[in-house]
Amino acid sequence: MNFQFSNEQEALREQLQRLLKDGPARCRAVMAAGDSHDRALWKSCVELGLTAAAIPEADGGLGLGVMELCVIAEEVGRALAPVPIASSALYATEIIRRHGGEAAALWLPRLAAGEAIATVALTEGTGSWDAVPSAVVVDGKLSGSKLPVSDPHADVAIVSARSEEDGRGYGLWLAPLDHRSVVRRSVVAVDRIRRHAVVEFAATPVVRIGKQGEGANLVDGMMDSAAILTAFEQLGGAEAALLMARDYALQRKAFGKPIGANQAVKHKLADMYARIELARGHCYYGAWALDVGSAELPRAAAGARLAATDAFVFAAEEAIQLHGGIGFTWESDCSLYLRRSRLLAQMVGSRRRWTSRLVNALVAV
Amino acid sequence: MDFNDSPEEARYRTKVAAWLAAHAPRFEAGPDIKPNSAAWVRLSKAWQKVKAEAGYAGITWPRELGGQGGSMLDGVIFQQEEQRYRVPNVLFQVGMGMCLPTVIAYASREQTQRFVGPALRGEEVWCQLFSEPAAGSDLAGIRTRAVRDGDEWIVNGQKVWTSYAQYSDFAIVLTRTEPSVPKHAGLTMFWLDMRSPGVEVRPIRTLAGDEDFNEVFLSDVRIPDSQRLGAVNAGWKVALTTLMHERLAIGKPPEHAGIEQIIALAKSIRTESGGMLLDAADVRDSIARYYVNDAGLDFLRMRAQTALSKGLPPGPEASIGKLVMAKTRQDLAAFALDLLESGAIIEDDDRSVLSTLQQTYFWAPGLRIAGGTDEILRNIVAERVLGLPADYRPDKDVPFNQQ
Ligand SMILES: Cc1cc2nc3c(=O)[nH]c(=O)nc-3n(C[C@H](O)[C@H](O)[C@H](O)COP(=O)(O)OP(=O)(O)OC[C@H]3O[C@@H](n4cnc5c(N)ncnc54)[C@H](O)[C@@H]3O)c2cc1C
Repeated sequence: MNFQFSNEQEALREQLQRLLKDGPARCRAVMAAGDSHDRALWKSCVELGLTAAAIPEADGGLGLGVMELCVIAEEVGRALAPVPIASSALYATEIIRRHGGEAAALWLPRLAAGEAIATVALTEGTGSWDAVPSAVVVDGKLSGSKLPVSDPHADVAIVSARSEEDGRGYGLWLAPLDHRSVVRRSVVAVDRIRRHAVVEFAATPVVRIGKQGEGANLVDGMMDSAAILTAFEQLGGAEAALLMARDYALQRKAFGKPIGANQAVKHKLADMYARIELARGHCYYGAWALDVGSAELPRAAAGARLAATDAFVFAAEEAIQLHGGIGFTWESDCSLYLRRSRLLAQMVGSRRRWTSRLVNALVAV
Repeated sequence: MDFNDSPEEARYRTKVAAWLAAHAPRFEAGPDIKPNSAAWVRLSKAWQKVKAEAGYAGITWPRELGGQGGSMLDGVIFQQEEQRYRVPNVLFQVGMGMCLPTVIAYASREQTQRFVGPALRGEEVWCQLFSEPAAGSDLAGIRTRAVRDGDEWIVNGQKVWTSYAQYSDFAIVLTRTEPSVPKHAGLTMFWLDMRSPGVEVRPIRTLAGDEDFNEVFLSDVRIPDSQRLGAVNAGWKVALTTLMHERLAIGKPPEHAGIEQIIALAKSIRTESGGMLLDAADVRDSIARYYVNDAGLDFLRMRAQTALSKGLPPGPEASIGKLVMAKTRQDLAAFALDLLESGAIIEDDDRSVLSTLQQTYFWAPGLRIAGGTDEILRNIVAERVLGLPADYRPDKDVPFNQQ
């Protein structure tokens, strides 16, 4: 039994915390500039090896593992870092690494070196992760519309679409987003920091990822991995919201004493802490299950997803409450965390979806 | 991160599991043995004796004291494996978990030698005489007086909520020895023979219907000064040692319902339309929520275990364990009883699932109070872990007898 990150992984965390330390301020700068992401910070992230972490050495990566990705996700979540790490390194790269085949040899070195950014474009009009896509591939050309797509300024996206060879199922494909047949229409998302768009493909040349008709299985597997990595992101965000509220409770005075001297405030903060620490245990379990490919992965992923979603939403909502009026302003960092907590709660499947998966896994034992 | 046992841990676990499989079933409490009944006490003592003979009592205590000299991790592994059986072990939790560690830390060497063996073998039961009618959360407000008389102290007062006092041979007792100083500064701790003249124990029936705790009247009880634990008026520090052990000692009560029972129940009940209750969306939602808390508690224990295996104390997150555990038990049992509709009304039904659920539900309020109430635990997390200001305490620096 060893239920902790290793010393090396903790050292990585410290480096990341130093690099990402003024996340919210950077977010505001990016939003003010109307930019897709913080390019200087992205460059530093690449230099630190974040984009290369889980990519095998043969493909130009560092050959580290899932644990490092978890640490990265947690710290990115804590800082709200305005860089496409989650979409590219945590979601898309993981699919390409596991199922990419020939595309992997082509793309992984570029992703590792930070020359290319990848994202996933798997949902359509209904927003459901389990629906069969209506996008189609005919003669290697993709047509259809995907929404919402995070970090749409990426160079390449993993897209779900049906083709003749997929039978009643569907497949996954790698689509270049800078091709002239692709139209990216920006949309305003609940989280203004992470850019989103509707992406329309009109006979865009694509290459297949994974086997024919396997799309649903690949998405299923990706969802477990994405749920765990997102849970770490949520965990980091939740802890940041808690500490922000704690610091404010120590500093803000009312009725002649810090508001944090009132039990209603203390107990709320204690409850945030309790939910976060429960979620942390689930996240660790998920990290382990993902790392070793345990048969317990479905249960671990669902538990981490539910616990971390609840912890982050609760911490973000109550952090605002503890800030009073200032917490309800656009300028307050509380708004950034609440919006991020909503985004992450909506991404990678709803509570209902994960509840169902969790109970199925529990009953199967 | 590694979720599995190390080879060494696995070896110990296998050995323990085999031993338990061979012995524990004979000591499991069936539905006829009610908690805190005389039969339950006999069974508890018998089980403790068997454990001691096999080297599974005082696993983490030093060998020179009669323990096994094992690691904290060995202790945790044994506890985890023992929890798979409905064996009665809580009778000794107060003694082994709190009183004896305090005795070991503060009593003389001869006294320690005298007490450890019989406690390990289940021959002597201990209780903790701390709370009083006017002082529970605010423990330092106790009024039981100890007045010095030569080599002895004369003790008068009333203790209450003392678990297992009616079965106890010995106790540790917190007293006030100096009323003219602020409340924390005038306390002294002793150990006490419960058969001393002037000790009167009256069982109190709990809400759950059993007789777990008692009121204990102390009338002119003479305690030799040699039974003092720690310095005169340093009792608060000693009490904190005890309470620190209390937090570590509290785990999930083995006889209480968990998520597995709820799932089994939801599988076995049919809805009006003939489907399984387990397929109803609200039932699934509740199961998922309780699983998150229940498994989350297991993960907290594993984190504590990881720290212990590295020779470090458990991290601050360990302090939420009892808080989450008690309320989760309460909600989970209420939910399960609700699934049974009118079927859950009858209490003397010996279907073991139902009685386990009822037992869990009616004990949960006690768990939320004993060993630090929910509110006090939230205060502790807020103040010690998150660094928030202490509550306003107007009596803190005022001499006790001027309050
Ligand atoms: C099953 C059981 C077994 C027990 N066994 C033992 C035993 O073996 N030995 C022993 O010495 N004691 C024992 N106790 C006593 C237990 O430690 C006390 O009941 C507990 O500490 C609460 O004290 P109290 O009952 O005086 O309640 P009070 O302290 O009067 O509390 C009443 C209410 O006020 C709240 N409250 C009190 N202070 C604060 C505060 N500062 N902020 C917010 N809320 C506050 C409490 O949370 C509670 O809700 C046991 C209790 C139970 C239920």
